[in-house]
Amino acid sequence: MNFWEFLSSRHQQLLTDAYQHASAVFQCMVVATALGVLIGVVTYRSEWAGNLATVTTSTILTIPSLAMIGLLIPIVGLGVPPTVTALTLYGLLPVVRNAIVGLRGVDPALVDAAKGIGMSRPARLLRVELPLAWPPILTGIRVSTQMLMGIAAIAAYASGPGLGNEIFRGIASLGSKNALNQVLAGTLGIIVLALLFDAAYVLLGRLTIPRGIRA
Amino acid sequence: MPESTSAAATGATIELENLTKRYPGNPQPAVDGVSMEIGAGETVVFVGPSGCGKSTTLKMINRLIEPTGGRIRIGGEDVTDIDPVRLRRKVGYAIQSSGLFPHMTVAQNIGLVPKMVGWPKPRIRSRVEEMLDLVGLDPGEFRDRYPRQLSGGQQQRVGVARALAADPPVLLMDEPFGAVDPITRDHLQDELIRLQHELHKTIVFVTHDFDEAIKLGDRIAVLRERSHIAQFDTPEAILTNPADDFVSGFVGAGAALKRLNLTRVGDVEITDWPTVTVDDPLQHIIDRLRAAGGNEILLLDRRGRPYKWLRRGDLMRAKGSLARAGTLVHDTVTRDGTLRDALEAVLTDNAGRVAVTGRHGRYEGVVDMETLMNSVHELLEADRLDALEHRHDLEEARADRTQSEQEGSGGFGEEGTKA
Repeated sequence: MNFWEFLSSRHQQLLTDAYQHASAVFQCMVVATALGVLIGVVTYRSEWAGNLATVTTSTILTIPSLAMIGLLIPIVGLGVPPTVTALTLYGLLPVVRNAIVGLRGVDPALVDAAKGIGMSRPARLLRVELPLAWPPILTGIRVSTQMLMGIAAIAAYASGPGLGNEIFRGIASLGSKNALNQVLAGTLGIIVLALLFDAAYVLLGRLTIPRGIRA
Repeated sequence: MPESTSAAATGATIELENLTKRYPGNPQPAVDGVSMEIGAGETVVFVGPSGCGKSTTLKMINRLIEPTGGRIRIGGEDVTDIDPVRLRRKVGYAIQSSGLFPHMTVAQNIGLVPKMVGWPKPRIRSRVEEMLDLVGLDPGEFRDRYPRQLSGGQQQRVGVARALAADPPVLLMDEPFGAVDPITRDHLQDELIRLQHELHKTIVFVTHDFDEAIKLGDRIAVLRERSHIAQFDTPEAILTNPADDFVSGFVGAGAALKRLNLTRVGDVEITDWPTVTVDDPLQHIIDRLRAAGGNEILLLDRRGRPYKWLRRGDLMRAKGSLARAGTLVHDTVTRDGTLRDALEAVLTDNAGRVAVTGRHGRYEGVVDMETLMNSVHELLEADRLDALEHRHDLEEARADRTQSEQEGSGGFGEEGTKA
């Protein structure tokens, strides 16, 4: 059975896996973005708090994903919970770092001007600082998503959802006639999903970055 | 709350009382006990070397920098402890390189403060148009542009429009024209003077450029380090009677020349000059010139604007046609022009005079070197007398005070010797 025959015979299963993969990454990204921006907003104005947030999140990233999921299994069990936890934690770093860099990069003269014309602290944050920091934050989200696409494959190790299942099944039955096809289908599926997400982010950028600051 | 009156709010008084700013870890205060009263509708310029604390003092008025001591009163109300956000909505603020938000359009930038104080949308929209008109930008063309699509001067205009949008009685300007080229700066200064004639806001303006201070200020506060007031007076008084070496150093060379900037052509004597129009026949022109007894006559065009200077010799050589005779008038001044402009024109003119024009460029008279010299002498003499009188008053007041003090202490002394 060649690769194309494999695809057509298993497309139902592959589509389900791909959908679950994308959905897991998407939902974790939403949570990671909300958390990451929140952490950025809370910490960016203090030198040490900002650095602490960046260092903590990058430390998390250095933990091998397989080890992380393995460590999470005794705590949260098998299946979806360790997947979501791990993905969200990994997704935090680029968002937190870019949020802090972006918010700190807003021209102090503009913040001064905003204060000077009588904007309250929340108004300043929502109407001036976050919109101006949005392009770097969006870049962080993009980088995070690419990364999570790959990491999500490992989730299958903890019986999580997604295309990782194809890859793991293939690796487990190496030597059998469909093993290579399975690994290939899983890997290519992830690449295609990553490209689709990236295209979606380009579109999102077009829609959400104001024309006045678009590069 | 939307305001019910549409009439523009005019200025409010500002009183600073012993305003002080100390930064932790620094034994010297950055601003040391500034006290000052600024009248409603007055333009006061803080001028001083960089680092003298003039900007810090300004930012304490809207409490962008919280004072560590002293009081601020605006329009009689003590604002030292009120909510700073509420205070700043009553005080317009314009800064160097405009401070426009790059992610908002011109209209959104200007409408920001009215929107925050809760004006209804149609009112904000009409206000934006009104403000753009006021600062000399066409609303249709500029409303939907982003700041980066504007030139530096245009951005600065929008910055001023934004500061004035919610009609605050007080306007603070922190070196607003510091980042634009000299020609644009000159335009913006003229524009601000015109605006102030219409609006009568109370303006506090910070600059390190003394010429800008002279041009804009009703009164100028010359500040030295730690915002100590070296002199707080009218531009005329500072130019003719600087309080000390620091002030005269800051005024710089050419105080008499700078004085010329403060007097308008309309304030000096404008002499009449024989004129004829281009439609007059040549013989008539020659008769006029002979009757006037001078050597030169001014030819006006059909709309009464100065056109050519004609000398006796030109007329002799004209041979029936004036098309090539005489010298074209290349420079005129208006009654609103400064004496400096007039002097400039007189110096570049080879015969040492310049025509003064009124509405639509129509001829009104002539100013020559002699008139200028006489006026300047009179001005300087008057300034000197004023200054002397002022000094005399001060000394008298001081003498009174010391006398009463001496009498008081003398009394105690006598009792002491008796005991």
